Parts: sequence; structure tokens; C-alpha cells
Amino acid sequence: MRVPLSREEYARRIQSLTPSSPLPKDMLFAFLTGGGICLLGQLFSELFLSLGIEEKTAALLTSAALIAVGMILSVTGLYAKLARYGGAGTLLPITGFSNSMISAAVEFKSEGMVTGLGANIFRIAGPVIVYGIAAGILYGAVYWLTGLF
Amino acid sequence: MNLPTLKKRGKGSFELSSPVRIEAAASAAGPFEKKGRLRGAFDLTFDDPYLGEKTWEKAEGSLARRTVARLYEKSSLSPAETDFFFAGDLERQCMASTQGLLPYDVPYCGLYGACSTFGEGLILASALLDGGFGRAAGVITTSHFSTAEREYRTPLVYGKQRQPSAQHTVTGGGAVLLAAGPAPDGEPYAAVTRFRVGRMRDMGIADPGNMGAAMAPAAAETLTGFLEDFGRKADDYDLILTGDLGQVGYEIVRDLTGAMGFPLGGVYDDCGRLLYHEEQDAHAGGSGAGCSSLVFVASVLPRLLRGELKRVLLAPTGALLSAVSLLQGESIPGICHLIEVEARSGKEDF
Repeated sequence: MRVPLSREEYARRIQSLTPSSPLPKDMLFAFLTGGGICLLGQLFSELFLSLGIEEKTAALLTSAALIAVGMILSVTGLYAKLARYGGAGTLLPITGFSNSMISAAVEFKSEGMVTGLGANIFRIAGPVIVYGIAAGILYGAVYWLTGLF
Repeated sequence: MNLPTLKKRGKGSFELSSPVRIEAAASAAGPFEKKGRLRGAFDLTFDDPYLGEKTWEKAEGSLARRTVARLYEKSSLSPAETDFFFAGDLERQCMASTQGLLPYDVPYCGLYGACSTFGEGLILASALLDGGFGRAAGVITTSHFSTAEREYRTPLVYGKQRQPSAQHTVTGGGAVLLAAGPAPDGEPYAAVTRFRVGRMRDMGIADPGNMGAAMAPAAAETLTGFLEDFGRKADDYDLILTGDLGQVGYEIVRDLTGAMGFPLGGVYDDCGRLLYHEEQDAHAGGSGAGCSSLVFVASVLPRLLRGELKRVLLAPTGALLSAVSLLQGESIPGICHLIEVEARSGKEDF
């Protein structure tokens, strides 16, 4: 016995039966989580500056510190737990980038250091790097061209 | 030339000439399932999701192997007396089944029907036994949360948020040994009596976070088709269970079957809804090739043997997608096979 609905009718019919993500709650949690991570970064920055480190170096050290925090939280599985609620708040900061690489490294270690870990560590972060560089080149070209006139 | 009597009934259902008995069964559950709603109902449970192995794949292979070991412990039959063994899982090329059955030296068929594989195995095994090709056949399906995440989704410790309609792949599985003929001691038993092989149905759902909606049309068609072929209603059964539609697919099947003239009423439920507590946050419920086999062996079969259930329909559902088809933007065809299982007192038939 065939379901007496076209694909369009089916899509419409199930809409009310399919729960959608709780957007206001998700957004609030994302804001708090992402904000919390940025606050942590600010604290690192203040700490490095108070130690007399030059501003540019302090910024680099802050990124490195956040990447390290992301790494530690990732391998302990805490980052994944945080992300269940934090969503985009955990994805966007540099800790999310760290998590994407570490999670792939941990995951594919079982297929060997070269064919597993080495080949897959950029599995998730790779596209960000590829299109980040591509966007950088495009921006550079536009910047250079506008400087000509 | 005389053809054997056709066992097809109606437009596409089948009736066995003599019921095929479930001789023994064994279930195994992972740490998350162990804490769920069926706590205490499993033959084997594991606290270590790795089961002492080095990789997730080996862990699932070990889970299958130990479940089969338990199955033969509980059975009066041995691997040498087994004429067929059907096994399936969600790993690439069904490696968990290969590793699980390799030590047993049984005639082996690896199956892939996504999460509907338990139905596929039960149908093939009972049809072969009813056809007189053998006297005993095994069926096992397993799944493992971590191998499924690896196969279909992102690395385990990768942080992500899932939508409410997403499901949690079951770590666990169930195995049964089917045998032709009545129980030798006249004990009550459960038997496969009828089945229906599902047709694939693709209603254009391409969202892997809503597989219940992808599978629901196939489930509705298999259930209504079966009931129509035998002139029955849902009320003629004590329990009708779909495989792993989860909460969302369950609601859709209720809606569709009602609209098709076969309302399922109070006897209908879904294995994916029965495994986890609300606070375990498994979203829409359990899924995976081990979902229906685990729930059937741990929860349904004991109730059939105790006489609490007389007649049950088990309809394992599958989402026929691959990691590649998803990336290529293909929609997800669904499938649903159906098996009728009845409790027998041991004195009737044959």
C-alpha cells in the first residue's frame, strides 16, 4: 500500500511532527559559551601584558594558550560535552579549530600515524585553511588593485 | 514439473508452512544502554565501550563474538549443527560481523540492510528453514555508537550540536538461533510465522539528522501492506514494534498509517523509543542495526515466552544511505521488513 503523498506533500505533512531546534536557548548558550571562551582569552592576554610582554607577542601567546586549552578539553572529551550546549559558541573561537584537528588526530590514530593521523588531521580543519587562504589571496589582490589608483 | 506450493499471501506477504522456533537468544548492551530503560534485561553488559580492545571496530567485533558465544551457551545446538548464520552491522563491508563470526566455523552470510538487517536476517533464516534447507540458522545484528560516528559522522571528541530529531546509535546487539520443528520438551516457545520483505521508499528526505522521517514511509507501507494482505487490524496484535524510527518517525508512522486506513492504536511502539531514559539526552531515541535486535531479544522475546504477549509484529527499519551518498546530496531511501512472531504453548501445531 503506497503512502498517498507526493514528496512535497510529505515534507509539508511532517513539518509539524518534526521538532525544530530551540533557537533562543541555543543562541543564548552559544553567546555565553563563546563569550566565556573569549573572556578566558582576554584574561590570558591581560596576564601576558602584566608580565611585561609586548602586545604583539602577547596576542600570539593568547592564541597559543587557547589552542592548548582547546586541546586539553578535546582529548578529555569535555569539549564535545560543552559543544552539545554551546554549539556555535564552541565552534567559532580558535578553541574550535584546535578541537577539529585534535579530534581528527585522536580518531584516526587507529589507522596508523601516517595513513591515519597524518592523512586525516586536517579532515575538518582543511577546508577552513583552503578557503581561508583563497579568501586571503582574493582580498590581497583587491587591496593591491585599489592601491594602484 | 510440480512447483512447490506458493507461500505468498495477498500482494506481497508470506506465510511459513510450519512456524520456525526461536531456539535461543542472547543480547549484549554497552554502558549507555545498560543504564537505560531496559536495565537488567540484557544477557551481557559492558562498562568499557572499547570492550578491552584497541580500536572501536575491534570492540564491535568483540561484542558480536561474545554475543554469539552466549547464544551457543544458552542453546542446545552447537555451531556445527548450524546450517546458516546471517549477520550484519553498520561498519564498512560489515567487518564487525566478519570478526564476530570468524571464530565459529559456521556457514556465514554477511548482510547489509542498514538498521533493518535484523529483519532481513530473520526472514532469510526462517524461509530457508521452512523450505527444508536446514534445521538451524543463526541471526545477529550489532551496532556500536563509536564505529557509526566514525563511519557516518564526525570524530568522536569533535564538538557539535545535534538537532532534536537526531538519534543515538545503539552500542549493542541481539542474536537468535532459529530451529525447525517444535520444542523437544514441549516447553512454550516463540516462533516466526509470517513475514513481509519491504520495498524501498524515498520521499526526498536528505537530512541525516532526521532519519526517522526518511524511514517512516517505508515502515507505514510495510505495516499496512501486511495487515491488508492478511485482512487484519492492529488490534489483532499485542505489540507492533518498528525498528529504530525514534520519536519523530514514530509520530509520522502513526499519522501515515491512520491516513491509510490502518490506525495502529495503543499496541504500536518503536524500539528506538524504548531504550533510553529522557534524561540520557539521546534526542529522538536509539538507532542502529543493533537497536531492533537488542530490544527484541531483551524485552519482547521474554514477554512472549512468559505468555504476556501472544502475537507480535517486529518491523526493523533501515535508512539506506552511505557517507558518500550523503556528501553527494542524495536523499535517503528507507526500507522496512516485517516479521510476525507468535507465542506457542509447545503442545499445538506440527
